[in-house]
Amino acid sequence: MDILRFITAGSVDDGKSTLIGRLLYDSKSIMIDQLEAIEKQSKNKEDGEIDLALLTDGLRAEREQGITIDVAYKYFSTPKRKFIIADAPGHTQYTRNMVTGASNSDLAIILVDARNGVVEQTRRHSIIASLLNLPHVVVAINKMDLVNNSQDVYNNIVIDYAEVATSLGLMDIKYIPISAINGDNIVEKSPAFPWYEGESLLHILENVEVANDINYTDARFPVQYVIRPQTEALHDYRGYAGKVISGIYKKGDKITVQPSGLESTISAIEIGGKEVEEAFAPQSVVLHLNDDIDISRGDVIVLKDNQPSVENELDVLLCWMGNKPLIPGNKYLLQINSRVTRAVVKEIEYKLDVNSLLKEPAPEQAGLNDIVKVKIKTASPVPFDSYKKLRVNGGAILIDETSNVTVGACMIQ
Amino acid sequence: MSQHRLDYLDLLESESIHIFREVAGQFERPALLFSGGKDSIVLVHLALKAFRPGKFPFPLVHIDTGHNFQEALDFRDHLANSIGEKLIVRSVADTIKEKNLTEQKGKFASRNALQTYTLLDTIEEFKFDACIGGARRDEEKARAKERIFSVRDEFGQWDPKLQRPELWNTYNGRIHKGENVRVFPISNWTELDIWNYIKRNEIELPSIYFAHDREVLEWQGQLVATSEFIQLDETDKVSVKKVRYRTVGDMTCTAAVESTASNIDDIITEIIATKTSERGETRIDDRVSEAAMEDRKKNGYF
Repeated sequence: MDILRFITAGSVDDGKSTLIGRLLYDSKSIMIDQLEAIEKQSKNKEDGEIDLALLTDGLRAEREQGITIDVAYKYFSTPKRKFIIADAPGHTQYTRNMVTGASNSDLAIILVDARNGVVEQTRRHSIIASLLNLPHVVVAINKMDLVNNSQDVYNNIVIDYAEVATSLGLMDIKYIPISAINGDNIVEKSPAFPWYEGESLLHILENVEVANDINYTDARFPVQYVIRPQTEALHDYRGYAGKVISGIYKKGDKITVQPSGLESTISAIEIGGKEVEEAFAPQSVVLHLNDDIDISRGDVIVLKDNQPSVENELDVLLCWMGNKPLIPGNKYLLQINSRVTRAVVKEIEYKLDVNSLLKEPAPEQAGLNDIVKVKIKTASPVPFDSYKKLRVNGGAILIDETSNVTVGACMIQ
Repeated sequence: MSQHRLDYLDLLESESIHIFREVAGQFERPALLFSGGKDSIVLVHLALKAFRPGKFPFPLVHIDTGHNFQEALDFRDHLANSIGEKLIVRSVADTIKEKNLTEQKGKFASRNALQTYTLLDTIEEFKFDACIGGARRDEEKARAKERIFSVRDEFGQWDPKLQRPELWNTYNGRIHKGENVRVFPISNWTELDIWNYIKRNEIELPSIYFAHDREVLEWQGQLVATSEFIQLDETDKVSVKKVRYRTVGDMTCTAAVESTASNIDDIITEIIATKTSERGETRIDDRVSEAAMEDRKKNGYF
């Protein structure tokens, strides 16, 4: 049993909340008291139907203030897998919300209303999924009951979407006809679509290969904390605590510390206090080195024969999340894993139209939800990999030093 | 690559350890809020894995309402003692006296709301900049929207509008003086994950989690232990039942469940079969209103 993290992309009108409610309900993750609470609120109580969409309903503060919190997390599991749903609300701030939710997801379910087919919003969601480099996409063509479960309607949408997918270079795409409200093709394969040869949505979610998405080649270990007990018995103990974000480390491996470039050899590896021969992503471990060299939080330990880029000028695709606009020349803090460095956004090269993927001329400022290509200069060299190649070491955030707020998501090119 | 696969408990554990170490790396004066309940016991266990053979870079802090189960208090002292870490206890009763606060009245007069005062005073006394807690997102819908690093203002208030976007596994813990961050390393764990982890790691728990005989009051379908903290009326139905606790909070607001489960395996079997949520079955305090938790969080509660 492992974990699949996925995001659902679509608006309330596409039946997103109903779909999530349905997955939770049919996988028996909704408890009686929670069901009673939504029964009380269900608008269509007369016909005895529960409005499953209410399961993902917002907080009172959101309703009162007319805001949405970027992501709510929902959990369910089957004997095969534990699932974590990042439920990002739609509407105006969708780009920011979806970028946030997608940043640690393995898969996106993109909902298409069968009556409307591939629309602008479908393109936008797909573009974000591709920018965030999501390994898997499931296109769920919903409300099939409203188009008489028509195979022709379904096929035409698949043909339309395939074009979008090709232009974006999306990798693993699966298509499925569903009716979230009726539960068709959600948990069990439905007789409503005798022409559909694939599996149910839950079956797809249970069987998507995610272990292969982990990169075991390019070993990266950002140091989070140095453990030094300094007791008599452990006088010389010096362990580098962190998470192997990619790759494999073995005892005896020759390593380089970046950005200093210092070299040493791994003398021991500990997991939960026990010594092991090797550690791999995404384990949290403690590394010991043969030489007493200067290493602190924010440094990255890599294998000597597989180096990341180490630079202080970065080409970045930036999703702006701040309420105040991004002004070129402004200084921010750039945080990539455990490393924080001062940074200045030097120039905006162009703005990306998230509906068409066309490059628009560089605006003077970038606003909330804009995706722009920028050049960032950092005060000290940053060890990184291109986001396309290695998500875990190519994503960074920008922090406004005066408000401390996270204002940007950087995908380093 | 099959030898390089982690199962879900390994993945959750690694994520939590990573969060613990981010706290250690980013904050000057963190604290681990410890209640003696199963979630905070799991937190301590994860902290051992994150920092041993070093000391914890934070003390354990317990806000004692004075309404706790004795078994949970004894276990708290026993655990802190056995791992050799510092335990700070601050008492809600003292805050009530010092600040002239008014206690709730009624049958189940609870100090749940008042403990926020003691918590905020304790944060100020020790200048804590981060408080680690055992809240999980599956518990309640206001919790489902909580960030892992949740920024609170100087009044401890959670403002949904101030939530920072949390991307990848990068946590932004920068704050202004006076603010603090609540950190929730087991955000992504469910109740069942906690029990399965306790089982796998043979983690010791207070005895009240296992079936035992207890005198209880039957109240609106819930079983509340009789104690000096609740008022009994003549019409109340009191009897001795075999029960266990699914959550451990104050005696005034935590209900027991009827059970014969005397070991972890039996408990897990019962949890899988249960049709009621953890909070719905055992917490009297969440029943007040639909937004009860949301309101308390905004006032500085966990």
